[in-house]
Amino acid sequence: MTTHPNPTVITRYADPAADLDEVTVWAVEVHLEGCADCRALVAGSTADDTRALLARVAAGIDDGITTGPAPERRRSWSATPQRWLVWHLVPWLTMTVGVLACAVLLQALTPGLPSLVSLLAPVAPLPGVAIAWSRRHDPAWELIAGTPAAGLTMLLRRTAAVLAVVVPALALASDRAGISLALTLLPCLAFTAATIALGAFVGVRRAALGLGTAWALAVIMPAVVTAELPVVLRAGSSPGWALLTLTLAGFALLRADNFRRLSSHN
Amino acid sequence: MMRTVSADETAPTTHPWAVHAEELRVRAGRHLAVDGLDLALGTGVHGLLGPNGAGKTTLMRALATVVKPAGGRLTLLGEAVDGRADLRRVRRGLGYLPQQFGFYPRFTVREFVEYMAWLKEMPKAAVPGAVQRAIDRVGLTAKAGARMKTLSGGMLRRAGIAQAIVNDPAVLLLDEPTVGLDPEQRLDFRELLRDLGVDSCVLVSTHLVEDVVVACTDVVLINEGRLVYQGTPDDLVTRGGQGDAGDSAAERGYSALLRRHRAEAGR
Ligand SMILES: [Zn+2]
Repeated sequence: MTTHPNPTVITRYADPAADLDEVTVWAVEVHLEGCADCRALVAGSTADDTRALLARVAAGIDDGITTGPAPERRRSWSATPQRWLVWHLVPWLTMTVGVLACAVLLQALTPGLPSLVSLLAPVAPLPGVAIAWSRRHDPAWELIAGTPAAGLTMLLRRTAAVLAVVVPALALASDRAGISLALTLLPCLAFTAATIALGAFVGVRRAALGLGTAWALAVIMPAVVTAELPVVLRAGSSPGWALLTLTLAGFALLRADNFRRLSSHN
Repeated sequence: MMRTVSADETAPTTHPWAVHAEELRVRAGRHLAVDGLDLALGTGVHGLLGPNGAGKTTLMRALATVVKPAGGRLTLLGEAVDGRADLRRVRRGLGYLPQQFGFYPRFTVREFVEYMAWLKEMPKAAVPGAVQRAIDRVGLTAKAGARMKTLSGGMLRRAGIAQAIVNDPAVLLLDEPTVGLDPEQRLDFRELLRDLGVDSCVLVSTHLVEDVVVACTDVVLINEGRLVYQGTPDDLVTRGGQGDAGDSAAERGYSALLRRHRAEAGR
């Protein structure tokens, strides 16, 4: 930027009537980008009507800024999507918490029966997970399904939102009912992982429905009838539940691409 | 003396077509709505025409990577998107307006477009500016703070277009974007389409032949899930005769092409 163009070249550059060859125009233009002095020269050699036009444009822009809408306030917009999910999940999570509270109460009233909190713990997160990932309940499903963020990560984020309510509720319930925390939380996590793993094939909603029904028929009903806690929920079974959770979670991760599309069974 | 060089002219392309389908088959329920379609689309505005049930919406959904093709090959921006492909990279370059789209009624227009920009994994710093620009481009600036549930049908459609273009997609898919727009808004929309088609591949499905003739660089006609015709609007106009149904030369051309295709298929 040491050699400035000849002032007459700059004058001719600024004059729309002057005939300047294209190579010189490019050279001047490149120089002007980096040289304030020469830009001032250009401004000085522009015709009066051009200066009047620029003044009008500047006044117009100033006017637009003062009379136009105020700049949008910066908000933490990442909270927006969660707001929808939270509102949507509130009734279902309230129901889950209510059922757990009833279980605690019933267990206190009928000491002869097996722990209802233990029996219900595996299926407690299922309604919430099914609602959080269902195209019937998410109005923007088709739009979301075509975005790069759609997939297992999003399902896991929504599942985490459900567990954030269900896990503390379960912990409180098992504390009140005086049963092992591991024997409520591990089955809860195992069934959540199972719902996601099975959901990769049949859809999360159906998986939750199927697993919930199977658990009710195969474990809860016999336990209530025989008044005995099933083997799978007795002390010592927690390593089994932990192993099952890890296996199912790993399996779900391998099947991550099954969650990327809008499939008909969601 | 000087002309504007568009981004499209300087970007290195590794793929000959933005959209390339070969023998593509896509199911809608149990029925094969797209059945052996061959299609290649480059930069420009392509108008997708066809009678009801021709497979336009199903084709759009497959191109948007929302449904998985049942067979054939589909490449978007040089990447295969059939089978078990990782769709993330391609999806960042897509914009999609479904024929019917749901939304969160309590969101404002700006929140809706911001949420979609976030889902499209745009750089966080670029989001506010891109959102404002998209809302301005569809003419919803004055309504940016209004809740979605208070919008009219035409405004909702425009909010839908804003979310589709917010990430400056290389492939933009608009399924019946002019439904609910009044005549003046349709003129503005045509202007926007021409602007978008300068450096991206835009596919617009519509039942309005006139829209295609005025705003598109290319006409794609499909019937029963197959490609019937691909050509320029000027060529479409010459295809019709006096005896063909339609109020304009373009509509007559459209009916003539369909009639000829059906006659050939019937043989
Ligand atoms: Zn200088």
